[in-house]
Amino acid sequence: MSSAAWKKGAEVIIEILKEEGVEVLFGFPGGAVIPLYDALYQNPIRHILTRHEQGAVHAADGYARATGKVGVCIATSGPGATNLVTGLANAYMDSVPLVALTGQVPTSMIGNDSFQEADIYGISIPITKYNYLVKDVNDLPRVIKEAFFLARTGRPGPILIDLPRDIQDGKLKYKPIKEVHIPSYHPTVKGHPKQIEHMVRALKEAERPVVYAGGGVIASRAEEELTAFVRTAQVPVTTTLMGKGCFPEDDPLSLGMLGMHGTRYANYAVYHSDLILAVGARFDDRVAGDVKQFAPQAKIVHVDIDPAEIGKRINVAIPIVGDVKSVLGQALGKIKKMEHKAWLEQIDRWKQEFPLRYKANGKLKPQYVLECINRIKDPQAVVCTDVGQHQMWAAQYITVRKPRTFISSGGLGTMGFGFPAAVGAQIGCPEKTVFLVSGDGSFQMNIQELATARSYNVPVKICIFNNGYLGMVRQWQELFWGKRYSQTRFEFNPDFVKVAEGYEIPGRTVHSPEEVLPALEQALSVKGPFLIDFHVEPEENVFPMVPAGKGICEILEEC
Amino acid sequence: MRQVISVLVRNHPGVLSHVAGLFARRAYNIESIVAGVTERPDITRITLVVTGDEAILEQVNKQLRKLIDVIGVVDLKYSQSITRELILMTVYLPPEKRVELIQVANAFGATIVDISERTATLEFSGNERRINTLLMALEPFKIKEIARTGLIALPLESVVSDNREFLA
Repeated sequence: MSSAAWKKGAEVIIEILKEEGVEVLFGFPGGAVIPLYDALYQNPIRHILTRHEQGAVHAADGYARATGKVGVCIATSGPGATNLVTGLANAYMDSVPLVALTGQVPTSMIGNDSFQEADIYGISIPITKYNYLVKDVNDLPRVIKEAFFLARTGRPGPILIDLPRDIQDGKLKYKPIKEVHIPSYHPTVKGHPKQIEHMVRALKEAERPVVYAGGGVIASRAEEELTAFVRTAQVPVTTTLMGKGCFPEDDPLSLGMLGMHGTRYANYAVYHSDLILAVGARFDDRVAGDVKQFAPQAKIVHVDIDPAEIGKRINVAIPIVGDVKSVLGQALGKIKKMEHKAWLEQIDRWKQEFPLRYKANGKLKPQYVLECINRIKDPQAVVCTDVGQHQMWAAQYITVRKPRTFISSGGLGTMGFGFPAAVGAQIGCPEKTVFLVSGDGSFQMNIQELATARSYNVPVKICIFNNGYLGMVRQWQELFWGKRYSQTRFEFNPDFVKVAEGYEIPGRTVHSPEEVLPALEQALSVKGPFLIDFHVEPEENVFPMVPAGKGICEILEEC
Repeated sequence: MRQVISVLVRNHPGVLSHVAGLFARRAYNIESIVAGVTERPDITRITLVVTGDEAILEQVNKQLRKLIDVIGVVDLKYSQSITRELILMTVYLPPEKRVELIQVANAFGATIVDISERTATLEFSGNERRINTLLMALEPFKIKEIARTGLIALPLESVVSDNREFLA
């Protein structure tokens, strides 16, 4: 007797999802995924029905970022699948583990321009870590297992599996697969001992070292190793937007975020350093600006699990390919307590001299609202942001202490990401408070997910920074395009509180600084979702600012 | 700089899209791309000719290795590899020039595979230098059509003793 049993493709998919520990799916049905949804009907996994496929993929993304698990979303063929494109590209840029299941027309119909047919396999090649079009039902078990393995190992990323309807409906003799083996895929985890020795020696020789930490630290769960490493070596830490939370930002060694809207002292420290330890970061143009002026006197050590990141943007003296957790763990055993007294004193002087600041003038300043959120939130709370000015203010004014508690679209800069991501994060972390920091522009890009939040009573605290502008573009137009505000002013905005009311979500509008804390307290006292529409100073700018392509010390400030 | 890169990949229908797509997405310059199955039916060899400065070629190499289907990548240096390309050329051939054409073909070891009333088709395989020389020799005949396969290459085992075995 063989242990294999005849099963439908769709049943096997659901079975393997369960085996992979999938607890929740985010999706939207359609003709080409009816067999999959039928299997789900008979063998349920919690499913969150969003109101748009883009909402589903961003929610799966937010879930993955908040929990560290693989996010899973489902969409039908054609428009369902193409609606995932932005979300996949977003997850790919930020190395978020996702598995996207898309329906496809039956294999016999592929290529006929059939109803709701789109070549999502071809479309998604450049925006996924890997993708599949399953043409033989017997390949299903291997493909699904491989997809999860690829999504979560090495440099994580989204995987798309295109599932023709007849494959979901077809039968196979199913024998569970225990182990995944992809002969051409072997991520390097352990750092080369020689290179680690070089790094340690460089650290011992350095007088002005800086750790520049990115999302890779969080992806590899290396926060403890990083903290132990920098406290032993007494090295200040600056993080990227994606790295926020990998090191407690209230620690004296923290410099906050660097880059275009980073703190002055972080940028100064990097510029004047003689050693940069880049861990799980990729010298993105929004961080490094002009790479020639990034850290001109420094020796650069670059630790990354993706060899292609090393040397991509900047020349590196000591490359170390490996998992950040493993590499820092290896290095920890080789270092003793160090001191960089003069350097840390210099940094403290910069911190005193150039703190983050804004002009309080009695009006409702967005920075003040964020300070209030920062004060009222507990350290475990998750802050999700959308994209634009509010995002950068949040990155500046929210003190993040734990990994996976600051969620933001970094690489792709996807407006509309924040709200569904917050819904996904809240579903992944029901015990935590989740704040959404959004703008009037971004929020309207996935506003339909209010229905999802209401439907599942997802208690996200929605904070809209409403300035009636596409603020970041307006800021660039103000500073670099002669104040020609071409198409960045919203002549009409809805009354967001009334919109929320329509979705049976309570809310209130805030116009003055005095109302901020009471409104936030009210939001927290409500068990379900709550929306606050903060009418902030319309033409406030994000400072400090390094203009695009400039050196990180060419900083603009409010005059 | 110009580089011949030999890439061994898992043989499945989407793999060429993944490799070609990489070049489109990252704006690398590709002169030719040739794919063919190897001694193992589950593995395809893709031979690429790419141009770019040193930094770009290094990125090309790394990005290729990053593709999940890529088993191995070798930069084939000119002096350490054997390169070949197959070319088919149809030239206009007035009857009075037939002897001349046969002489050129013989001198190069090209084969005349077809002769019509007005044309002849030659087949030739060789390295790029020899192909270019042949094309120059054929200039007196007006060329009607050309089809080239693009370059294929293997390391010269007699020169490169430590040629890694990817498929071991």
